[in-house]
Amino acid sequence: MRGEGLEFGILMPLFRRKRGGLEPPSERAGVVKTEGVFLKCEGCREVLYRKDVEENLMVCPRCGYHFKISARQRLALLFDDGVYTELDAHLVSADPLNFYDLRSYKDRLTSAQKATGVLEAILTGEGTIGGYPAIIQAMEYAFIGGSMGSVVGEKVTRAIERALQTRAALIIVSASGGARMMEGVLSLMQMAKISAALARLDEAGVPYISVMTDPTTGGVTASFAMLGDLNIAEPGALIGFAGPRVIEQTIRQKLPEGFQRSEFLLEHGMLDAVVDRRQLRDFLIKTLAFMMPDQQRPPASGRREAREKPR
Amino acid sequence: MAEKEQIRQELVELEKRLEELSQRATTREEQEELTALKQRVERLREQFVRPVTAMDRVKLARHPDRPYTLDFVSWIFEDFIEIHGDRRFADDPAIVCGLARFHGEPVLVVGHQKGHDFKQRQFRNFGMPKPEGYRKALRAMKLAEKFHRPIFSFVDTPGAYPGVDAEERGQAEAIAYNLREMARLRVPIVVTITGEGGSGGALAIAVGDIILMLENAIYSVISPEGCAAILWKDASKADLAAEALRLTAPDLLELGVIDRIVPEPPGGAHANPRQMAEILDRFLVEALAEIRDLSIEELVDRRYRKFRAMGQYMELSEEQLRALLRGNAG
Repeated sequence: MRGEGLEFGILMPLFRRKRGGLEPPSERAGVVKTEGVFLKCEGCREVLYRKDVEENLMVCPRCGYHFKISARQRLALLFDDGVYTELDAHLVSADPLNFYDLRSYKDRLTSAQKATGVLEAILTGEGTIGGYPAIIQAMEYAFIGGSMGSVVGEKVTRAIERALQTRAALIIVSASGGARMMEGVLSLMQMAKISAALARLDEAGVPYISVMTDPTTGGVTASFAMLGDLNIAEPGALIGFAGPRVIEQTIRQKLPEGFQRSEFLLEHGMLDAVVDRRQLRDFLIKTLAFMMPDQQRPPASGRREAREKPR
Repeated sequence: MAEKEQIRQELVELEKRLEELSQRATTREEQEELTALKQRVERLREQFVRPVTAMDRVKLARHPDRPYTLDFVSWIFEDFIEIHGDRRFADDPAIVCGLARFHGEPVLVVGHQKGHDFKQRQFRNFGMPKPEGYRKALRAMKLAEKFHRPIFSFVDTPGAYPGVDAEERGQAEAIAYNLREMARLRVPIVVTITGEGGSGGALAIAVGDIILMLENAIYSVISPEGCAAILWKDASKADLAAEALRLTAPDLLELGVIDRIVPEPPGGAHANPRQMAEILDRFLVEALAEIRDLSIEELVDRRYRKFRAMGQYMELSEEQLRALLRGNAG
């Protein structure tokens, strides 16, 4: 397992952090690729300067709406100096069921790869955050809805096993519609495989923080996303087991505004915290000071102000 | 399908005779012949509906007369004492748990429960558990762990209940937590997929050391109807989705997800539930015997490796990877 990762962080530093903002994604890197100088906020419908939003980590400066960001942007945002080594980039789907609906699964995979510039719905990075050794995974929602098939399951399990071996902190940033239908029951079994590995990590006392972003539903929520030592979420993210449409069909009613959003889950005791993307890195570093061994702990920041308003 | 055609022809003839006889049967002999004939027709019909397509199996797996957990409990186990509630919120009738004796040995039984009539189905919420159901199941399983008793789990659910209250109380967390905890329970777990293995709602009580599956049961990441609605944008394409999803017992055996297929009586488990229970009993005895002498460490390690091996993917060489990246960029 060791040394199999390509040195993406070093060879291909696509997203180094700069002036606290994010560099625009490469031509191929999906989600926020919109031509032009302006961007319309999905939260407040305001037309904004793209540059302003990018410098604000893709959070609307007016209403705080969190735009989706790509997995690469996410890793760059969290690791120290945006630098990391990518692991397990060479794992790709084998189409085990030879699945075919209106399109073949193979075809869907190829288009997803071309559209997103990544080979699967999750990336694994190894590096440091606040000086702490960490393995951070970020899901790519633009890749077949961030769905979890055998490759995602294997990459998460390997990341857990690596954290177990190196005692680096594990952070997984989810964005997923759930298990990948095109790999049938094998996708389902990834939930059990990952959860079994997390049991070992739990026993070993290695920290695991789950960060849920918009949206996190289905088999991803019902496995690793809800099994963190801390389960946190970005504001306004849709988080649940069943999707809202399925629930509406079951109860034959419209769902109330805000149902299954981060704040709703917080209120119902399902999350430890809702954390703004602009404070996420700091938040994670502080929690790691609590969880990581003392000899790895860098000095405290010296800041004393409260970062979040009380609810 | 020559055999099938033969059955069909015989059925047509017998049904004709049945029709004639029922018009004029008055004497005792004629009445008796009529009864015998009816039975014969029924048996043949069962044979005739033997599953061929994946969707046939889906229908059998969902048959309302199919034996459910409490049926198996009454035929296979003794001294069953049901235990209720998750000690947190409520008792969920969609999952039953209880202490029981299996060939004399104290064991724990847990399983989904559907209903055989409308009232029961409603009471059991069609076998769709809420978080409290999964939490109850885990509480019971931890009891088994504490007293070193093996666990038998029976799986038959369309899925975890997709409702507002279930979401509010953490359906996803309840399932996730069960997956993690079952993986490390320090007692033998024998799982049987008896009917519908409906996605995460099934898996949440299906992590075990030996996974059995009844011949006409199904186990899938999504219902064929749900899959068809999303991928074909047409729920009526469920039969195509059922084939594509590879959700039948032989498929799952091939994919390495289950260990053994338990054969069903002719016509399916519902045609002769008692016989089904007898067959299953033999498989359960055998399964337990296979794992009961392992040390706890071996058992838990074996369970880890079992699920660790699930999934199929490709590992590219560095060269293949670069070629793929170049190809996608171009």
